[in-house]
Amino acid sequence: MTAVVRFARHHLLTAYALLALAYLLLPIAVVVLFSFNNPNGRFNYTWQGFTLKNWGDPFGVPGLWPALQTSLEIAALVALGATALGTLIALALVRYGFRGRGAANIFIFLPMATPEIVMGASLLSLFLAINFQTGFWTIVIAHITFDISYVVTTVRARLVGFDRHLEEAAMDLYANSWTTFWRVTLPLIAPGVLSALLLSFALSIDDFVITNFNSGTEVTFPLFVWGAARVGVPPQVNVVGSIIFFAAIGLMLLNVVRQRRPQRAAAPATATATVS
Amino acid sequence: MSATADVRLERVTKHFEDVVAVDDLSLEIPSGSFFAMLGPSGCGKTTTLRMIGGFEQPSEGRIFLGESDVTGLPPYRRAVNTVFQSYALFPHLSLFENVAFGLRRKGVKGDEVKKRTREMLELVGLGGFEKRRPRQLSGGQQQRVALARALVNRPRVLLLDEPLGALDLKLRRQMQLELKRIQNELKITFVHVTHDQEEAMSMADQIAIMNGGRIEQLGGPADLYEKPATAFVAGFLGASNLLDGEVCGADAVRIADGTVLRVAAGALAGRTGGSVAVGVRPEKLRLDASGVNVLRGTVTETSYVGVSTQYIVETPAADLVVYVQNAAPGAGTLAPGSAVSLSFDPEVAFVVDHV
Repeated sequence: MTAVVRFARHHLLTAYALLALAYLLLPIAVVVLFSFNNPNGRFNYTWQGFTLKNWGDPFGVPGLWPALQTSLEIAALVALGATALGTLIALALVRYGFRGRGAANIFIFLPMATPEIVMGASLLSLFLAINFQTGFWTIVIAHITFDISYVVTTVRARLVGFDRHLEEAAMDLYANSWTTFWRVTLPLIAPGVLSALLLSFALSIDDFVITNFNSGTEVTFPLFVWGAARVGVPPQVNVVGSIIFFAAIGLMLLNVVRQRRPQRAAAPATATATVS
Repeated sequence: MSATADVRLERVTKHFEDVVAVDDLSLEIPSGSFFAMLGPSGCGKTTTLRMIGGFEQPSEGRIFLGESDVTGLPPYRRAVNTVFQSYALFPHLSLFENVAFGLRRKGVKGDEVKKRTREMLELVGLGGFEKRRPRQLSGGQQQRVALARALVNRPRVLLLDEPLGALDLKLRRQMQLELKRIQNELKITFVHVTHDQEEAMSMADQIAIMNGGRIEQLGGPADLYEKPATAFVAGFLGASNLLDGEVCGADAVRIADGTVLRVAAGALAGRTGGSVAVGVRPEKLRLDASGVNVLRGTVTETSYVGVSTQYIVETPAADLVVYVQNAAPGAGTLAPGSAVSLSFDPEVAFVVDHV
């Protein structure tokens, strides 16, 4: 009896963690599983039989490929734009005391805190008010707007605790401000900037609500799926969803490996000290 | 306006909002010297150093390196290099690239960069470590890299901001000798900021003792120790006994208990009256009545520290600290309560204004 209690006590947390993980992963597992389904009708909701034909022809559904392409193009532009702007904002907020810094610190969080539906609607009314044709570029602008908050937060975390003496040392060694930024500041905050880049890419590709308000006639991948769902979801949507999921996991693993490498190189110390 | 000054500050003042960090400071640092700025934290020594390096700009006054006015120039346009307290080595670069950083910025050619970087790492005892990253080194080694990274540029002046502060005592002693050796070898002017009086005394040719944004006294280590000009300097550099009194002659001071002490001719520096304090270093007081000035008192505390025995002696004028060197074995120590005579000669005393 006590042995059972002890066993339970030891493994309760593990069991709980596994359950939580299962809860998180189950929907994804279903998405991947149903990408191999062979549905009879237009709806991919019940398991009919295993097939590889969806994976053999992932873009066989008309409209899916252009939608995905649009999403990738937008995400790439947004990731670059938001990361560039957000990194500079983070630098300014951490480094410089200026009038309105406190307010800027709060405002930068607003897009994160605002409900997407409000943000989407208000952006649309802005574009309509200034008579700006909604479409590809309004989606890009809208995504950059909310992605900047995430970039600032990510990069700022990296900048806090950054030793300012490193920049002074660079300047002491004849590097002007520009060289100091490229040679010292940016390489040191690069992991944060890279995370921000990937995060904003992912957030852009994924966004539905804000995009839906500001897309005009443009169709992104989430909008395509939403439209398709009303008349039946083809299993190819699951295939593309799975590809995006595994690509994201792959990138994440790559990042982990890359960050671990310098530590491994640190282990073999072959040179000998000649300290007197 | 000496032609051999490497660094010259002309009436430099620095405010940080309402706080005056450096107050109307003028200073000349001779070429090739090892110059220390010594003082408690907040005395303005680091701000002064940062203004020479270009990391801060003076609110008023001018700064010269050699003959050229560098006031207002950014750090990368000054022929000085700095060793930072935190070392500030670039963590993403190898030792070689850390040391070569300045040479590369100046556009020195590849072969020359390689040669000079190697030589400099050799000089600081880190040959063969080129490929390592800073975090793979001990604190002492990082300190040497910081030194090499600055010196490889052959600066006119090397600035050292509490460079040994993060090292343990033994390593600090070793680095003090090393710094002195390197300075002798390269003949570069070193400007060294520290709050450690022993560090300043053992390395520097000239020391500026700073307090409240001003220089209290400037001189060689022995000058400052033997003839401190102010009570602050006397208290900051080593221990000292100060006896308050009134000037009562060309070479005499009457202290609180009425005793008249003789001081060296000139020690009063022309004072003909007023409150002063006569200072005597603890090791210069003798436990006998053989000197010109004699004080009587009672031992209240005794502590044996090996090389010497330290006493606190209560006299009618003040409590005095006395160090007696244990030169002969088994000399014995005086027990608390013993009545003693203390004496000193006029030449070993100094006079400062009463505080």
